[in-house]
Amino acid sequence: MSTAAPVIKSESVVAEKGSSLWADAYVRLKKNKLAMLGGIIVILILILCFIVAPILAASGMSANDQDLTNRFAGVGEEGLLGTDQLGRDLFMRVLEGGQISLLVAILATCMTVTIGVIYGGIAGYVGGTIDNVMMRIVDGLLAMPFLIIVILFREIITGHIDEIAKFLIDDWGWNDNTVLRFANLIPLTIAIAAFGWLTMGRIVRSAAASLSKQEFVEAARSLGLSHRRILFRHIVPNMLGPVIIYATLTIPSFILYEATLSFIGLGIEPPNSSWGKLIQEGANYLETNLTVLAVPAVMFSLTLFAFNFLGDGLRDALDPKASKD
Amino acid sequence: MLKVILSRVIQTIVVVFFLITFVFFAVRAIPGNPFAGEKALAPEEQAALERQYGLDKPVPVQYYNYLKNIFTKGDFGDSSAMKGRQVSTLIAESFPVSLKLGIVSLILGLGIGIPLGIIAALFHNKWQDYTAMVIAMAGICIVAFVLGPIFQLSIARPLSFLNVAGWSRTSDIILPSITLCFGVAAYLARLTRGGMLDVLSQDYIRTARAKGVPTMQIITKHALRPALQPAITYLGPAFAAIITGSFVVENIFLVPGMGQHFVLGITSKDYNLVLGLVLFYGILMGIANLLSDLALIFMDPKLRNT
Repeated sequence: MSTAAPVIKSESVVAEKGSSLWADAYVRLKKNKLAMLGGIIVILILILCFIVAPILAASGMSANDQDLTNRFAGVGEEGLLGTDQLGRDLFMRVLEGGQISLLVAILATCMTVTIGVIYGGIAGYVGGTIDNVMMRIVDGLLAMPFLIIVILFREIITGHIDEIAKFLIDDWGWNDNTVLRFANLIPLTIAIAAFGWLTMGRIVRSAAASLSKQEFVEAARSLGLSHRRILFRHIVPNMLGPVIIYATLTIPSFILYEATLSFIGLGIEPPNSSWGKLIQEGANYLETNLTVLAVPAVMFSLTLFAFNFLGDGLRDALDPKASKD
Repeated sequence: MLKVILSRVIQTIVVVFFLITFVFFAVRAIPGNPFAGEKALAPEEQAALERQYGLDKPVPVQYYNYLKNIFTKGDFGDSSAMKGRQVSTLIAESFPVSLKLGIVSLILGLGIGIPLGIIAALFHNKWQDYTAMVIAMAGICIVAFVLGPIFQLSIARPLSFLNVAGWSRTSDIILPSITLCFGVAAYLARLTRGGMLDVLSQDYIRTARAKGVPTMQIITKHALRPALQPAITYLGPAFAAIITGSFVVENIFLVPGMGQHFVLGITSKDYNLVLGLVLFYGILMGIANLLSDLALIFMDPKLRNT
């Protein structure tokens, strides 16, 4: 028997050679030209902001070097895209602003996924009264005015982070520029993530609830596996589709929140800059120098477009039944 | 019907209570005190101010007093950032502005979004569909603080009879409401398209087609009402959010609406103002949700009869 089994197995593999869920999804995604274009733009922007910008910075181009004799240089006159109101290289500023915008959004999305998967997974898997209570809490939090709560939360965290930053600089002798940069980023990221995971939690919960009724979970349970193992080894990997789709759609919405908050002056602060900050600064020079506004605005909108089209495409590809809107 | 109203009212009360409690303690957790201005206050002045606003008492007592004042006197307290002003007058002044702006942009959003969504669904996977969806995506991605300056430059500048910003003439509502309506229109278009596609694939629509009912009539008589359900569900919370003011749009066009108070209240640690606004928002949200529930019942006979 031990000799026959592998033969049959290999034959059946050759015969079926079916395509996996992911291979199918990729075929569908490839047909969706807008989504593919979005994906390519996302990759290009990520490369520009996280690989090209540091290389350029290391080679001596700076986003913060002011040159007041050379303000508002036109496109191509100075640097690639000219200079801003303080004579700083606009191209470098947009790339570094993008770094911060994307960093905040991606970090917050990672936190969102972690919280959402654990919270939603437990609620969906356990079910019953606990599930009910957990989801009512989510409903209550969802009824709150999102931006206001985020601003409130950011203010609270900022106070505490400032104390830590001061301690690090004064007592531990850390580089104050680096510390201040992060001291400004962290409260915003945490505040967005702290209230941004709710929809993710709901999606994961409904996926976990339907998965936990399936036979393979019953089989795992009958083998005597622990609940934790069933949840995180058997159920969670099967929810990868909806989680990836929703995470891709969460990133642009977080970029948007970050930019909105920075625009009204409650987000990113100097020495950091982000797309929202750059747009806000650029709006002041609207009538005289449009490029200062146009460059960050175009980059920002393009990034949102790309992420949204990619996310929509992924949903069509991974979950053809759910893609109606 | 009565059951729906009752359950919505109870739900709203619970949510508002939850919201108030949460925000009450969260505002007080912001480091720093509300009276620290540019110049340092003498300890006696500080103590006197705290006594005047009742902040010298322990937090649970403050909480009890706050709720008691609301229920017995309908008093939301005084604003600590704008001395001598009551929170209720601040809301009463700014709410009509936000309401007007919100309603106009909502009507514009409905007028653009729903037809766009219907067209997209009728020409599913044809160029009209793609165009409509790219437009809708543009409405989501080209956000208010990019659109606002563009409109100021390209509409208000050439048309000299429009103010670039401000809120003194009737025509001042045009630019901010256009800016605000795009996001709503975009979401409505996507939701309407989704609902419409769902309905159009159903058997009774095919039956109507087979009977030879004209397309226009199929849409208006048979498909539209059920297809609008997701859009109406979305409208409830969206209505509340728009009316309480998009602070970005108010900021760009210098509109004296409620949004500015929200931001100012938090940054200046004006406890009573923030709480009053959040309370107001919660109630408004409850009303908006109730209206959208009632609209759903009105549109769907199946819900009406239960």
